[in-house]
Amino acid sequence: MTGRVWLGWALVILALVAIPVVISSSFYLGIVTHALILAILALSLNVLIGHAGMTSLGHAVYLGIPAYAVAWLSTQAGWGPIQSIIVAMVLGTATSAFFGILALRASGLGFLMITLALGQVMWGIAYRWVDLTGGDNGIRLDHRPVLLGFDFTGAVPFYGLVATALVVALFCLWQLDRSPYGACLRGTRDQPRRMRMLGHDVWRIRYLAFITSGFWGSVAGVLYCYDYTYVSPQALSLPQSAEALLMVVLGGAGTLAGPVLGAIIITVIKTVVSSYVDRWYSLLGLTFIVVVMLMPRGIVPGVRAWVGGRRA
Amino acid sequence: MQFWIVQSLNSLAMGGLLFLLSAGFSLIFGLLRIPNLAHGALFMLGAYLGATLLGLQVNFWLAALLAGVGVGLLGVVLEAGLLRRLAGNEQGQVLVTLGVAFIIADLCLMTWGGDPMPLPAPRALRPPVFIAGFAFPGYRLAVLGVALVGALLLWLLLERTRLGAMIRAGVDDRLMARSVGIRVSLLFSAVFFLGAALAGFGGVIGGPILSAYPGLDADMLPLALVVVILGGVGSLPGALVGSFIIGAIYNFGSALFPDFAYVLLFLPMVIVLVVKPTGLFGRVLR
Repeated sequence: MTGRVWLGWALVILALVAIPVVISSSFYLGIVTHALILAILALSLNVLIGHAGMTSLGHAVYLGIPAYAVAWLSTQAGWGPIQSIIVAMVLGTATSAFFGILALRASGLGFLMITLALGQVMWGIAYRWVDLTGGDNGIRLDHRPVLLGFDFTGAVPFYGLVATALVVALFCLWQLDRSPYGACLRGTRDQPRRMRMLGHDVWRIRYLAFITSGFWGSVAGVLYCYDYTYVSPQALSLPQSAEALLMVVLGGAGTLAGPVLGAIIITVIKTVVSSYVDRWYSLLGLTFIVVVMLMPRGIVPGVRAWVGGRRA
Repeated sequence: MQFWIVQSLNSLAMGGLLFLLSAGFSLIFGLLRIPNLAHGALFMLGAYLGATLLGLQVNFWLAALLAGVGVGLLGVVLEAGLLRRLAGNEQGQVLVTLGVAFIIADLCLMTWGGDPMPLPAPRALRPPVFIAGFAFPGYRLAVLGVALVGALLLWLLLERTRLGAMIRAGVDDRLMARSVGIRVSLLFSAVFFLGAALAGFGGVIGGPILSAYPGLDADMLPLALVVVILGGVGSLPGALVGSFIIGAIYNFGSALFPDFAYVLLFLPMVIVLVVKPTGLFGRVLR
C-alpha cells in the first residue's frame, strides 16, 4: 500500500515536470497553469465539502480578496511582491476566520445560504466601491513578480511556481486527511452528535477546517492575480464560486485527485467552448444539472467503485 | 426634509418589491427545505417578459400578471421536471436551481441583449402625488400598495384557506403532514408556482424602478437571501418585516453612502446571526 502511494506521488510529480517539456506553446502552457491554480482552489474548497461535509457557495471570497489585496498593494500602495503576498495571505485567511464565525452559526443549507450571501456582499463591494477596487474595470498589475531573485514573469517559471504550490498543497492536505484531526473532521461530517458525545468540540473542528480552506484558497487567489496580472469583480462572483463547487462535485468530493481532475476538465471545457461560442454560462448551468442528475458522487469515486467492483 | 420623506417612501417601495421577491423564496425554502437559487433569475425573467409585453402595448397590470403566470409555470416545470427527481438529495437540488439560474440568465442575455431595458410606468401613475405639500412619486406609492395588497392576499391564502393550512402543515412538519394524508408533492408544485409567479410579477412591478438588465438576478438574489436570513425561513411575517428593514437600509445606504450600500446590508445579517440564528420570526424546521 505504502509503495503504491509513493508511486502515485512520483507519477504526479513526473507528470508536472513533463508538461512544460511536452507543451512548448506558451498559450497552452498558460491554460494548464490556470487549471492548476483552480485545482488548488478546488482542493481548498474540498476541505469543506468533502472532509467537513459543508457545502459553501461563497468560496470565491478566498480567491478574490487576496487577489485584490496583491493587486492593490503592489500598484496603489507600491509595496514589493513579498510584502504584498504575505499581507494578502493574512488578509484572506483572516477573512475566513471572521466569516467562519458567522457561517458556522448554521449548518447544512443555512451554511450554504450564509456563505453565498457573504460572497455576494464581497462581490458587491468589489463592484461598487470604485475608489478602492476600480469597480468593473478592476486592477491591472504591471507584471508577474520577481521573488527572492527568481524571475517568474515568463510562462515556464510561473508554471513551475504554480506546480510547486500545487504539490505542496496536495501533500499538506493529504497529511491533513491522514492525521487524527482529519479523522475527527470526517467524524463531524458523518456523525456530529456522536462526536459531541465523545467529547470533541465539533464547532472548533469545523472552524479549523473553514480557516484551512480559506488559507489554501488564498494561495490560489495570490497565484490567480499573478496569472492574469489582472483582477476584476469576476474573481468574487457567484459563477466563480459555483465553478469551484462544480469542480469538486464533478471530480469527486472527499478525494485528493477529484478536485484536481474536476478543475482540469472544467477549465478545458471552458477554454474550448469560449473559443467557439459565447455561451459559457448556459453550458456551466447545463453541466451542473447533468453532473447532479447523472453522477452525483463524482468521477473519482465512480471509477473507484467500478474498478473495485471488477476486482471483487 | 423633502429628501428624507422621498427617500423614506423609496425605501418603502423597495421593501414592497423585496417582499414580492422574498415571500416566494421563503415559502419555497420553508416547504421544500431548499433555497431556490434561481429566484433572482426568475425575477429578472419576469422583468424582461414585462418589457416585451409592454412593447406590444399590453396594459401594465395585465403584463405583470401574464409575466407572473408565465414565470410561475416555468417554476412548476423546474420543480416537477428536475427537483422532484432529486428528492432527498438537497445539495443536488440546490445545485440544480443554481444551474437553472445560470441558464435563464444566459438565455435572457441572448434574447434581450446587454443593454438595460427600462419599463415605462403606467401613464396614470407617472405624475407626482402631492400630500401635505410634499411631492411623492406616484408609481412608488402604487408599488407599496400592490405589495401590501399582495401580503394581505398571501396571508389570507395561508391562514384562511384549506390549501394554506396544508402548506403551513407542510412547513411545520413535512412527515407528519404526509402521514395525515396531505399530498405534499402536489403542494410542492403549488408553492413553486406561487413563489415563482410572485418573483416574475415582482420583476415587472419593479421594472419601472430598477429596469431590466443583465445582472439584475445577481443583484436581487442576495437581497432575497438577506431578507430570509433576517426574517426567518418559511415565515411570511418574517419576510415582510425583513423586506422593509432591508429595503430601508439598501435605499438609504445607496443614497447616503453609495460605495458602502452592500456593506450596510451585511450588518443586520451579522447581528441576527449572532443573536438569533433562526432569524427574527424563524423556528427550527423539522
